Amino acid sequence: MAEKANNQTKMMGKQSISFQNTPYIVATSSVAGKKESEGPLGSLFDIVNDDPMFGKDTWEEAESEIMKEAADKVLMKAGLANTDIRYLVGGDLLGQLIATSFGIAELKIPLFGIYGACSTMGEAMSIGAILVDGGYADRVLSITSSHFAGAEKQFRFPLDYGNQRPYSASWTVTGSGAVIITDTNHKISSSGEADVVIKGITTGKIVDYGVKDSMNMGACMAPAAFETIKQNFEDFGVQPTYYDRIITGDLGYVGAKILIDLLQSAGYDISKNHMDCGIEIFDQESQDTHAGGSGCGCSAITFASFVYKKLKTREWKRVLFVPTGALLSQVSFNEGKTVPGIAHAVVIESEG
Amino acid sequence: MSEKKQVSAKNIINETDTKLRNEYFNQYVKDVTPKNSIPKNTAKAFLVGGIICVIGQAFTNYYIYMGADEDTGKLYTTITLVFLAILLTGVGLYQKIAKFGGAGTLVPITGFANSMAAPAVEYKKEGQVFGIGCKIFTIAGPVILYGIFCSWVLGIIYYLLKLLGVV
Repeated sequence: MAEKANNQTKMMGKQSISFQNTPYIVATSSVAGKKESEGPLGSLFDIVNDDPMFGKDTWEEAESEIMKEAADKVLMKAGLANTDIRYLVGGDLLGQLIATSFGIAELKIPLFGIYGACSTMGEAMSIGAILVDGGYADRVLSITSSHFAGAEKQFRFPLDYGNQRPYSASWTVTGSGAVIITDTNHKISSSGEADVVIKGITTGKIVDYGVKDSMNMGACMAPAAFETIKQNFEDFGVQPTYYDRIITGDLGYVGAKILIDLLQSAGYDISKNHMDCGIEIFDQESQDTHAGGSGCGCSAITFASFVYKKLKTREWKRVLFVPTGALLSQVSFNEGKTVPGIAHAVVIESEG
Repeated sequence: MSEKKQVSAKNIINETDTKLRNEYFNQYVKDVTPKNSIPKNTAKAFLVGGIICVIGQAFTNYYIYMGADEDTGKLYTTITLVFLAILLTGVGLYQKIAKFGGAGTLVPITGFANSMAAPAVEYKKEGQVFGIGCKIFTIAGPVILYGIFCSWVLGIIYYLLKLLGVV
């Protein structure tokens, strides 16, 4: 009975969880391509490869390789072996998650393959934290990847086809980010640095405001981010200033403006502490990336490098990490469907 | 249309009717999304398309100068332009020119060549038959299909007009 009551109190409001057996993020890794390494965050990535093929023959194999390198790197940084990981939670953008399947096959870790489009990192970290808090795993590896060329091939045109991208279009990030989430018995604390913990999550619903333009994904996803963030404020009974940063995944310039506008109208001002990984990762002017970066890798490598460091050094005490995804396929687009969005929020704090 | 007025974020979140809310939101998205300048793009397309045509004309003149008759010269020009477009696609330059030139690179025959060469390069990894074979027409296919269909329809109209003695 006591156990049951205990479990019930983890639920917060309508869509959130407040963890009790706090999950720790003990290590992160980021692997990025050449263009990402030339961006403002370029010096922070663990591994950078100038070869877009990553030494492989196809874009799909290249993406699998990126993911494998990220997984190996995060294990190395945590000083762990693959056998130390209880579950791997991961996904990517390619059809039927082939980047993940082929990328992490050799690791032989029990897998939950998930799809949340570009919100996958939020979903992977949420599920990882749930597994750890619930006592179903002592260590979980959450990972996602995306590859510019693979995504173009799957969702748009062949790479060499001569077309023009509208200003609202985003640029898929080539990269993979991974985190290891552990329970308190397996946390790895280093002196002088804070522990990074996942305090809670708010799981997003599919949100559709009827936008059909797949070249304006920021506008498709902004309502999802709006509803998830608003729900997070309500469920936890907090105001935007509760967080040092509210970090969306890949809304880009258009989507970020819409999100701030929508929240403003709902009575929440996030204009001072909002940050978007898609805006941070590239230099819009010199890198010609239009609305900003996107893809599963965008929020994943920005978190794994930039955000994690800020938390480790206690520069930021508490952030709300909200990767955003646009749920479309070429078929749904061709059949005239709208592009719904989804956003998963993760409350992350630096502790100690 | 009654909603000519500027839609604010407040209108969107306060609207309880989903259909109306989506309408407001789309209107609002249109207002906040940066747009391409049509005169600027048209000028660029004219410039790049014009340069391609001048190059084509230069080839035609050259071939005629070399002794070809006009029809043969034009045929050689077409082959040359297609070859150059495929070559530029292969080395990854055509996309860069198209990014600047837009319709200027799409409308000439070079655009057609690019639309077939690009999938051929991209899908080569999936094999000769299911890769290149099946996918080479993914972009050019509709042009060919409806091009042929239109000429067929026009052919029939022409035939009927001829029967009626109009032409």
